[in-house]
Amino acid sequence: MSAPASIGVTERKPDGLFLQRLKGGDPIAHAITWLAAASVLLVTVWLVAQLWMQSTPAIHAFGFGFLWSSEWDPNAEKFGALPFIYGTLVTSALALAISVPLGVGAAIFLSELAQPGLSAVLTFLVELLAAVPSVIFGLLAIFTLVPLVRDVIGPALDKTSGVFPFFAGPSYGVGVLTAGLILAVMTFPFVISISREALLAVPREQREAALALGATKWEATWDAIIPFARLGILGSIFLSLARALGETMAVTMVIGNDPKITPSLLAPGYTIASVIANEFTEATSNLHLASLILLGLVLFLITIIINAGARLLILATTRQGSAT
Amino acid sequence: MSSTPESRVKTAIPAQILPQASDGVQTDLPAVKLKATGINFFYGAFQALFDVSIEFFENRITALIGPSGCGKSTFIRNLNRINETIRGARCEGEILLDGENILGIDVTQLRRRVGMVFQRPNPFPKSIFDNVAYGVKINGLARGKRALEETVEKSLRRAALWDEVKDQLHKSAYALSGGQQQRLCIARALAVDPQVLLLDEPCSALDPIATGKIEDLLFTLKDQCTIVIVTHNMQQAGRVSDYTGFFLLGRLIEFNKTGVIFRTPAQKETEDYITGRFG
Ligand SMILES: Nc1ncnc2c1ncn2[C@@H]1O[C@H](COP(=O)(O)OP(=O)(O)OP(=O)(O)O)[C@@H](O)[C@H]1O
Ligand SMILES: [Mg+2]
Repeated sequence: MSAPASIGVTERKPDGLFLQRLKGGDPIAHAITWLAAASVLLVTVWLVAQLWMQSTPAIHAFGFGFLWSSEWDPNAEKFGALPFIYGTLVTSALALAISVPLGVGAAIFLSELAQPGLSAVLTFLVELLAAVPSVIFGLLAIFTLVPLVRDVIGPALDKTSGVFPFFAGPSYGVGVLTAGLILAVMTFPFVISISREALLAVPREQREAALALGATKWEATWDAIIPFARLGILGSIFLSLARALGETMAVTMVIGNDPKITPSLLAPGYTIASVIANEFTEATSNLHLASLILLGLVLFLITIIINAGARLLILATTRQGSAT
Repeated sequence: MSSTPESRVKTAIPAQILPQASDGVQTDLPAVKLKATGINFFYGAFQALFDVSIEFFENRITALIGPSGCGKSTFIRNLNRINETIRGARCEGEILLDGENILGIDVTQLRRRVGMVFQRPNPFPKSIFDNVAYGVKINGLARGKRALEETVEKSLRRAALWDEVKDQLHKSAYALSGGQQQRLCIARALAVDPQVLLLDEPCSALDPIATGKIEDLLFTLKDQCTIVIVTHNMQQAGRVSDYTGFFLLGRLIEFNKTGVIFRTPAQKETEDYITGRFG
């Protein structure tokens, strides 16, 4: 440590150039980043406040009953959220039930097993898929999934309806199942690319530790790599869930838009995001409009609850011995 | 001690290494547990090892020393074939475990018999208990819960960690200090009862007290297995090992009894290295 040298460095300051001073401007950087961070909070508060204020007529008219009423009749001024909550949750659950195992499996293949060249090509495709606008997926669903469900999957599943009531009834092609399938396709790339990154970030030593104890390649992947990457994998799942819950366009195009709760997945349904998009511009009465906005608030709360649940889950798993 | 150029090129193992009649005291020869012959190793096009031949004796501790990047880790990672998992890596030559070519042994069996402790502690993100139990479970070595618990306790005792963790076996391994984690990794390796234990700079991240504990441990383990330890610490090599091999730029320059290497090395490079003139 030569003190005089370091003093010399700090004394070389006064060049007088404003821009140069700005570059080293700690307080300015602090202020700018603080503002950026504060704006996040501001937007959130503003959002909730707006949703709350705009929906007050509906809150006054229905109270909490809004949540469990299943009647939605704009002509009779009767509004209930249950069919939409149901449709939103069921389509999202269906989507994740398909995309999570497939996506995690694909991520394991890409990060652990595939040749580097193949892995690079596939990863590029996955990233491309994640960037496709949802209306394109909607079109894809209309042209391929709808006929597929109507003519092939639906009739086949209907045969099992003796055992599974949720596949009973005629299949029109449009319905909850089709919406769930297209959501699965849309969330699939998210699960893959985030899980893959989490898996790649696992240090080599973890795999080697398992192998050196006599584990097979698969045992090392399953027992060492995946547990180490589990936070990232969970993250990919929750991001996909958020996308599925809020997806509007593609779902609206194939779900059938019928506010009914039917046990059959082949029947049409409705989601919160879809009904808002469909009815907002045509809503005539104040109460109708307020009810739609209240639905928006409900969707917002659902995502918040699910995210909080995710945090708790992560906290719980980290406590009993995780990597990070 | 012959230091003719030929002896250096052909083989690095001098005849004097084997106990001889003139030794007087040591009459029976230690058995050769692990024998490597003519090892050339490549990372892609880069050759990291050149014609390395060495023998490791049963119930002896062999230290491998040499400057950073000379191929010590690369070499011992061939002994349990963990290098095979590196893409583009290639190993030539022959390695025999108890006279049997390791390529002919099922690789999971080989790795159970030849345990390894890595340079940086690498516990699994699991509890202390599960870390030690892992190898036992996958290899099906313990029948029932009682037997598993006993094995875990025995291994933790052998690694001199039991007293510190016995009340918190179900806590995360990440809650332990670096030195404790390294002893946990040793316990984990010991739990599957290896015949050979490879240690790659096990003390490089540890303080002198933790290092001392691990060195004591090596002495007690010696009775049960053959130990190969890579170390940068000359004093450590001198203290714990019976034999020492000196690596330089991918070659085994000299291999002999530790006393000989440290007092009367045959090669100029060895002498320079151990006296700290380079490296
Ligand atoms: N995975 C790898 N791919 C390519 N080259 C490697 C790889 N691992 C090591 N090497 C190279 O092989 C040579 C030997 O490395 P090695 O890790 O065996 O050295 P070392 O003697 O263990 O050194 P240290 O004492 O620093 O651990 C080095 O030149 C290194 O750069
Ligand atoms: Mg090394």
